Amino acid sequence: MARTLFDKLWDAHKVVDVGDGADLLAIDRVVLHERTGGIALKSLAEAGRDVRDPDRVFAIMDHIVSFRPGRGRDEARLPGGEQFITETRALSKAAGLHLIDTDDPRQGIVHVVSPELGIALPGVSLICPDSHTCSLGALGALAWGVGSSDAEHAMATGAIRAKKPAQMRVSVHGTLGSAVTAKDLSLHLISKFGAAGGSGMAIEFAGSAINALPLEGRLTLCNMAVEFAAFTALIAPDDATIASLMGKPFGPDDIQWIEAVSEWRQLFTDDDARFDQEIEIDAQDVAPMVTWGTSPEEAAPVSAHLPEAVEREVLEYMGLEPRDTLQDLKLHGAFIGSCTNGRLSDLRAAAAVLRHGRVAEGMRAVCVPGSKSVRAAAEAEGLDKVFINAGFEWGEPGCAMCFYAGGETFPPGSRVISSTNRNFRGRQGPGVRTHLASPATVAASAMAGCIADPRRILERQVAA
Amino acid sequence: MSRKPFTVHSGVAAPLLVDNIDTDQIIPSREMKTVSRNGLSDGLFAGWRYASPTDRTPRPEFVLNQKKYAVASILLGGDNFGCGSSREHAVWALTEYGIRAIVAIGFGDIFRNNCVRNGLLPIKLPDLVVRSLADFDGEVVIDLPSQTLSAGPNVHAFDIDSYAKRLLVEGLDPISLTQQHQSEIEAYFADDKKVRPWL
Ligand code: SF4
Repeated sequence: MARTLFDKLWDAHKVVDVGDGADLLAIDRVVLHERTGGIALKSLAEAGRDVRDPDRVFAIMDHIVSFRPGRGRDEARLPGGEQFITETRALSKAAGLHLIDTDDPRQGIVHVVSPELGIALPGVSLICPDSHTCSLGALGALAWGVGSSDAEHAMATGAIRAKKPAQMRVSVHGTLGSAVTAKDLSLHLISKFGAAGGSGMAIEFAGSAINALPLEGRLTLCNMAVEFAAFTALIAPDDATIASLMGKPFGPDDIQWIEAVSEWRQLFTDDDARFDQEIEIDAQDVAPMVTWGTSPEEAAPVSAHLPEAVEREVLEYMGLEPRDTLQDLKLHGAFIGSCTNGRLSDLRAAAAVLRHGRVAEGMRAVCVPGSKSVRAAAEAEGLDKVFINAGFEWGEPGCAMCFYAGGETFPPGSRVISSTNRNFRGRQGPGVRTHLASPATVAASAMAGCIADPRRILERQVAA
Repeated sequence: MSRKPFTVHSGVAAPLLVDNIDTDQIIPSREMKTVSRNGLSDGLFAGWRYASPTDRTPRPEFVLNQKKYAVASILLGGDNFGCGSSREHAVWALTEYGIRAIVAIGFGDIFRNNCVRNGLLPIKLPDLVVRSLADFDGEVVIDLPSQTLSAGPNVHAFDIDSYAKRLLVEGLDPISLTQQHQSEIEAYFADDKKVRPWL
């Protein structure tokens, strides 16, 4: 019978049917971070349970670590946060896991580091107590976010119990316009079909515009699937995916490589396979997008007006007037980073804009590369200088200002344009008004001091 | 580790009929101060419940601060309740506060799973029913074994996955249940090692 990519991954990890339409699924790898992983390790230890196979578990520090340049080993970005770092370190060492500590040159955000090191691979089942684990489906991995209890469960037993979700295919035809990115595509999709549009489903992205996306863009697109309420997202691995995985420390070695590749080549949706729901998108319809409200579905093209009927509470929180144009909204802050848009290509896209100007007067602009290896690669190209010369701070890798954990942030009521994934109330700090956008749009807006279309700057340069 | 079994529960239901209440609202990140499951209920809905992050004066307009709902042990929610961050702290904060069940139009996936793992019952009911419950004065009775929720004379049947039901009704620990299949899991990995030696 014809099977989808998701069917193939599910079948390959099914240990046993446990009734009620649920299966026990073998979990190849578990990734933890200090925010929610420490507690899973602690509960396990308190229950007197061992980690079944520590070689399959990876603990990475990212959420609480300070992003201050030159940070110390235990330095947190909120008062009292050191405990998350030190306890997770101690628990990881005691359990014998792979630990990627704050001072490790491989450190960074879990979902940025996992593909860099080959922890995430095509065909692997991977869970992490973090909702954006769906990012890793971009490699053709069966990866999804769970709660701490499920992470504990997988570490103790090697499996978790799951019901197979319904499946959706989102096909994106044609070609994305210049300066239109995977981030814009995801906001387009969510604004069109709603933040619950993919509720509980496994979503495969396909079509010519997806095939043309570089791997990093695919990671961005799959990252945002959870903002579409999806169970997870997937993209079939292709030559580009496979080529990117050669020589990864936790991937196949030279001897295993040919075998691995032939296995990965089987990971695609058969021609006649059926989905429960299909969505078609024309890439031409996608413009640079920005969110204006407090849900990712409240997004519009950069050049748009606010829609007519907006809830009063949203207007109040966001400090908007009915019929405002988005381009006129004055900004106080800009942030580039996160597991959504903190990779090298994201920094390059922002730098391409920032080469043409400086951050507007009075704004605080911060760039935090998603991992130390992203930062090193960016510095090797001189991108750090571009950011710093333009007036950006250049931080130490981690989640940084993607979410407020207490500690330092933008002041209440400030308007921030951000390359992150959530514009929920208070996400970046009490009263902070977050507008989500692509790194190029964030950079263009930081220069303009108000929400701005990056194409204006980039196209003017081409014309000149 | 077994959990408190859930059979029949009656209690006051407090309405929070907003869609997309995310786990950041249920417990703001700044309220998760230690590596622990305990001591989180103070931070429950902190952004709505208190005057400001530094001033813990209750805001009278927030539903749980109203006298009528001071004893609420059931929450009524809109669609996509518990979306967003996977933090299980949201569920731990709710249970520590004394919430036993959440009745909503829809739930975030991870959140719903987390509820079941921690003895908190998520009930999905249609919009109209949830709204009628918000207008109901008195105790709502939830009978999990018979899968009904009654508000006065009105009885509503609800669906629940039978595994979730079993965990909740019997207060079972999901890890011990899975360990009954440990030999099959070990056999799976032994075979897989031959096929995918790189893992
Ligand atoms: S960067 Fe933001 S969304 Fe990504 S894992 Fe960190 S906190 Fe979560």
